[in-house]
Amino acid sequence: MFEMLIYIALGGVFISMIGLFYRVIKGPSIADRVIALDSIGISLISIVGLVSVLLRTSDYLEVILLIGILAFIGTVAFSKFIEKGEIIERDRNK
Amino acid sequence: MSLLHLAILLPLLASIFIPFLYKQFRSVHTGWFVLLVPLSLVLYFSQYISQTMAGETVTQSMQWIPSLGINFVAYIDGLGLLFALLITGIGTLVVLYSVYYLDAKKEALHNFYVYLLLFMTAMLGIVLSDNMIVMYMFWEMTSISSFLLIGYWYERERSRYGAQKSMLITVFGGLSMLGGISILSLLSGSFSIRESLSTLSTYNDDPMFLVALVLFLLAAFTKSAQFPFHIWLPDAMEAPTPVSAYLHSATMVKAGLYLVARMSPIFAETPLWFYLVSGVGMFTLFWGSLNAVKQVDLKAILAYSTISQLGLIMSLLGLGAAALQVEALPDSLYTIATVAAVFHLINHATFKGSLFMMAGIVDHETGTRDLRKLGGLSQLMPVTFTIAMIGTLSMAGVPPFNGFLSKEMFLTGVNEVSESGLFHLETFGFLFPLFAVVGSIFTFVYSLLIVYRTFLGPKQHDQLPKKPHEAPIGMLISPIILASLVILIGLFPNMLSETIIRPATEAILPQVLAAGGEIDVHIKLWHGLNLELLFTVIIITVGFILFKTFPKWQSLYNRMPKSFSLNHQYDGLLRRGEKVSTAIHDAVMTGYMRSYLVYIFGFIVLLVLSSLFFFDAFAFDVDPLSSISAYEIILVLVLVSSALSITFARSRLTSIILLGVAGYSVALFFVLFRAPDLALTQLVIETVSVALFLLVFYHMPEISRKEERIKFKLGNAAISVLVGLSVTLVALSSLSQRSFASIAKYYIDNVYELAAGGNMVNVILVDFRGFDTLFEISVLAIAGLGIYAMIHFRKTGGIDK
Repeated sequence: MFEMLIYIALGGVFISMIGLFYRVIKGPSIADRVIALDSIGISLISIVGLVSVLLRTSDYLEVILLIGILAFIGTVAFSKFIEKGEIIERDRNK
Repeated sequence: MSLLHLAILLPLLASIFIPFLYKQFRSVHTGWFVLLVPLSLVLYFSQYISQTMAGETVTQSMQWIPSLGINFVAYIDGLGLLFALLITGIGTLVVLYSVYYLDAKKEALHNFYVYLLLFMTAMLGIVLSDNMIVMYMFWEMTSISSFLLIGYWYERERSRYGAQKSMLITVFGGLSMLGGISILSLLSGSFSIRESLSTLSTYNDDPMFLVALVLFLLAAFTKSAQFPFHIWLPDAMEAPTPVSAYLHSATMVKAGLYLVARMSPIFAETPLWFYLVSGVGMFTLFWGSLNAVKQVDLKAILAYSTISQLGLIMSLLGLGAAALQVEALPDSLYTIATVAAVFHLINHATFKGSLFMMAGIVDHETGTRDLRKLGGLSQLMPVTFTIAMIGTLSMAGVPPFNGFLSKEMFLTGVNEVSESGLFHLETFGFLFPLFAVVGSIFTFVYSLLIVYRTFLGPKQHDQLPKKPHEAPIGMLISPIILASLVILIGLFPNMLSETIIRPATEAILPQVLAAGGEIDVHIKLWHGLNLELLFTVIIITVGFILFKTFPKWQSLYNRMPKSFSLNHQYDGLLRRGEKVSTAIHDAVMTGYMRSYLVYIFGFIVLLVLSSLFFFDAFAFDVDPLSSISAYEIILVLVLVSSALSITFARSRLTSIILLGVAGYSVALFFVLFRAPDLALTQLVIETVSVALFLLVFYHMPEISRKEERIKFKLGNAAISVLVGLSVTLVALSSLSQRSFASIAKYYIDNVYELAAGGNMVNVILVDFRGFDTLFEISVLAIAGLGIYAMIHFRKTGGIDK
């Protein structure tokens, strides 16, 4: 019964991922795609969490943290790229 | 290392000192120092005559590469000694002649004599080696030194052309000889010629034996300028005349004859040998004499005449093979061909050497060798004229010179063999005497033409570049010696027969001797009224008539189409070869990476699929497969759809993002398949690499950022599908054919016991197999340094500074 629930949850996440995926491909602007990618990262977190419950292991908690960090960094970097055209600015005093 | 080895290598050793002598003693002509070398060698080799006369042989062995059976075994028998005496004897005369011929001030004498001495060692090595590999080494040495000598005046275009041509043709032959040697030594188990001969009966019915025979003959035919490989010899006439006299009449071109004679005991019992050697020789005799008549250059006539005479000797060596066919042959009827071959070999060296020197004198004193400009020199150059008369009459086969004797014996040999009925000769055996007589007639014609158009005939001294006068005495010594030999051998032929000719013939035909036969070398100046004498009368009569009417039928030669000539074919072959290889190169090496990738992938597909198909390697077994769960299917769908949409994506940005999606789903796979370390690394790496892709995309020039689908190409699609297919098939069949269990159990058992760790992946990486990690660290370091270097050390003047 418990496993069934997790499967249902996984299915839900997958459906949402497909929706997000559609947005990544279709998304009229770059910003749409970036937000969709960010959400895909979050969905990945939930998938990893659910799978590690299924596999009865705690080895994947690091993966969850990592995806969280990466999604954040990636989104911030993309946002900066969209806004300024570059990610790491050159220090003009040098 | 014995004295004999030292004698063979003496010219080579001497050549080291030549440049020093040349530099130190500028006032003395370097040739005088060189002269000592062949002179001492003649004296040294002549002491062996008594031994070979008694039927003894001399063997001296020096270890070279004993583990491979390659040793420098020097071996002297009658045949080797004959050649050694020819090489050193004529070598002495040629060096003497060259002292007067080459100007010490204008010419690079050190080069000349180094090449010449190199050549002398090479020739001595060929004729005195028993080991075939050593013989081959010396054989190629003659090709190289001949190349250097022909190209002696390297600033002339014709010299370079002639040198290249002779190099290509003789090296082709040399390489085929190497092939023949390999086959023969594999069959007989030894590189030694004599040992191969002693085990002959064990392998002479092997099919590869005939291949070896043909390869050896190719070598002999190319070296001895036999049809159709004769074309290099006339072009080799660009060499200085001493070289032409030495290499291209007396020694190097006889290396092929030596090879045929040396290999005769092994190969001569096969009919193929008989047909090839005698047939090619006979046709070369005919073709060479036919072509000699139309030449207008003195040396060109002599070159074609050499070709023709070499053909004569070659055909005699082939006809001599008949002697081995008849076992119970009491009289030495068939051996006469071989005796004649040896005899004519000596005669040809004498008269052709003197004729070449004569041509050199004429060239030297008048400034031209063109027969159309020469004429009427007999009163101005009486000595040269006499030499020319003796040489040409001997060449034409007029009594009482030595050429007459060997020509008579040649005709006897041809008649005997063609009437013997051996090898189905009854059907077309008549061709041999026919070719022989026609060839001899033309020989007679060009011999007369040489004398007539150079020394007799109309005087036209105003056309000559120089005022003609008799040559200095030093230049005349060598041809005078040779011409006196012509007369001496002609008058007293038997002074050579027992000392030199019989031992040489016995070396060529050891089987006859072994069977109890005897070799009769009694050469008679007059042997009664017979068919040969009739032939000679016909040759002289018809030849004289043709000579008298020469201006009338001269134009017949122009009828022959130019494209028919072998030189034209040779040039065309080279040109076409170049053109075809350029065309292939241009077609294949397009310079586009994509076409090379097509080759590489196509070849992989070809190899994998054909080996799967032909070796029945494909197998599919369901047993080792595990069950599939739903989320794996979904993940595969995500992965496949992202990979597919990359190929159809319109913008590059989309492709990059889709690549990231594919990478992340691979990371998810790692999660599903329980590999947390891999998943961690994959996620980080994927993020970094997507960022790098974006960086590259951002810096792309505007024009390549425009949205465009990848163009569809059927070939590319087919190859990509095939590559995917073959890799899949290989993966499936390797999965189904596990031959032994994995070693993972050891790691599982010992990860804590031996390595004190809980994380097995990490323990493997840094403990069990830490070496790989070390070098992957190095790879990363190199990549980092490389990137830094590429960015930092840019050429100045780039767009973004």
